[in-house]
Amino acid sequence: MTTASIPRTREAPRPPTPSRARAQATINVGAVERWASLIGGAALALYGVSKRSRGGLLLATAGTVLVNRGATGHCPVYQRMGVDTARGRESRFGLPGIHPVAIEHAVTIGRPREELYDFWHHLENLPRVMTHLRSVTPLGDGRSHWVAQSPLGGTVEWDAVITDDRPNERIAWKSADNSEIANTGWVRFTPAPGNRGTEVKVHLVYDAPAGKPGAMLAKLTGESADQQVREDLRHFKQVMETGEIPTTKGQPHGPEA
Amino acid sequence: MKALCWYGKEDVRIEQVPDPEILNPGDAIVKITRTAICGSDLHLYDGYIPTMKEGDILGHEFMGEVVDVGSNVKRTKVGDRIVIPFTISCGRCWFCEHGLWSQCDNTNPNAWMVEKLAGFSPGAYFGYSHLYGGYAGGQAEYARVPQADHGPIKVPDELTDDQVLFLSDIFPTGYQAAERADIQPGHVVAVWGCGPVGQFAIRSAFLLGAERVIAIDRFPKRLELARQGGAETIDYSKTDDLVDTLKDMTGGRGPDSCIDAVGMEAHGTSMLAKLDRAEQTMKLEFSRATALRDVIHACRKGGTVSVIGVYAGWIDRFPFGQLFTKGLTLRAGQCDVQRYMEPLLQYIVSGKIDPTVIISHRLPLEQAPHGYEIFRDKQDDCTKVVLTPS
Repeated sequence: MTTASIPRTREAPRPPTPSRARAQATINVGAVERWASLIGGAALALYGVSKRSRGGLLLATAGTVLVNRGATGHCPVYQRMGVDTARGRESRFGLPGIHPVAIEHAVTIGRPREELYDFWHHLENLPRVMTHLRSVTPLGDGRSHWVAQSPLGGTVEWDAVITDDRPNERIAWKSADNSEIANTGWVRFTPAPGNRGTEVKVHLVYDAPAGKPGAMLAKLTGESADQQVREDLRHFKQVMETGEIPTTKGQPHGPEA
Repeated sequence: MKALCWYGKEDVRIEQVPDPEILNPGDAIVKITRTAICGSDLHLYDGYIPTMKEGDILGHEFMGEVVDVGSNVKRTKVGDRIVIPFTISCGRCWFCEHGLWSQCDNTNPNAWMVEKLAGFSPGAYFGYSHLYGGYAGGQAEYARVPQADHGPIKVPDELTDDQVLFLSDIFPTGYQAAERADIQPGHVVAVWGCGPVGQFAIRSAFLLGAERVIAIDRFPKRLELARQGGAETIDYSKTDDLVDTLKDMTGGRGPDSCIDAVGMEAHGTSMLAKLDRAEQTMKLEFSRATALRDVIHACRKGGTVSVIGVYAGWIDRFPFGQLFTKGLTLRAGQCDVQRYMEPLLQYIVSGKIDPTVIISHRLPLEQAPHGYEIFRDKQDDCTKVVLTPS
């Protein structure tokens, strides 16, 4: 759900169910090289931004391209040259030395858990509270297609499968095997003490653009996955308790001096 | 419409801005008939509150006539004459349901900002920086009122705007300060600061059963107003030792309850007060805690300290050892306005309180910048400025 923070840009939406062949074809950079691209690219981007100049901007752009190369494992130059250093890619969570990022946040919502579960169970509701999601389309058989806004512009898309669904208690999911963005997660609903409603906890693990450099890049682009989960939960609470998300967008303001 | 906009330290201007519109289904739009400058607006005027942006519309004490409502607004109706609480609160989260309206979970769009700074977020306020929601304020011809069914109250036609306007903030704020001071019959209550909130705290302390109220300030006009409210007064600038003076006036005990209605921009004559001023100027500490220290030093053993003056961030040289050893109770907090509006309206209806006594200046909205200046500098015996949009 929060995989939008993953800086995997795409120019155009792709068909809902990507083929395995295509997903594999996009990865043509080996693990070590991906790491190097990520770290080097992030450092370059940060340095570029810190310069606050035209040259700095160029460096930052180059850094971003490198990070993207590391994150996605796809290099357009390699593709044109017919080079593939990815040989024998294994698990999406299995890049050597990469620890997948785990995020966990909780919020107490003053509504019965049946109601909260019901909202979440209809996945197509989620874009109402998760502002970075464009759409979630149920595909049947516990499968769904997710389209989110990328922090680098454009959209990211993936398919998800429900792996556990206990009414009013827990929903767990993981990205489909052929998904380019590996993620798993669960949401749990437990009654809060003192008739305070329901404690909602979200747990999310995602891969690519691996680890710390990815988080660094996410910060750079103003979106942190961690903060995104907090805001998603806050908005969920606001919609369930009050029916609206507070805003000041569109209110009057004096001219800037 | 015309609105009073913030442009920096000591720089507020009347600007032409677009009219507000309904943005959420729980919103209403009011045509403002009366608004006021609050002492806490002076913290913005003096540049002590971070996250202000050029062009922000100020003002959180206002009332008017409802001219439009959103699709979810059921109780508030077009044509209603309402007073709006300065705290924007949803009325449905755990905090609102338990009377802690100023701590609302659901109204601050910038909650994350406060959480980054402080680890938590309170609710939102009108016209009081982006930390507290960034909502456009009410020193204007119109305002958008979010959560229109959860807070604003209808006021009787027979009461004038000036009589009910202060239900938006300073009357409830002063009352809460007194309520949290745990006043018992026979108690002596001391109130630091005889600005508008202090004046209401003095009068509320009597309503809650105080036997004596001692009010502390240095401006003659304010001390005179305090005496009109029944208080004995001390001009602290003319005493050698305020704490000693208070002890002398209370048989050596110290006041049973002490209310700090001063806050972060305290004046003072002691060496510590001068050190605070220097540190605040150099941004080494957020708040000048001169009054807060006095309150703790003066309060009798086992007494209650109630803080309603606004403080921000960290404070140096806070006498926590004194507080601990004397076994004081410390209560503080922004006012939960919605909780007090109806009951305090009854005090006005019955004539037990006349809020208009504190008004010294009635100006057209266009003269608001002048109002800020004279209120901040206490020129022309200024105690409270109310503004009327033309």
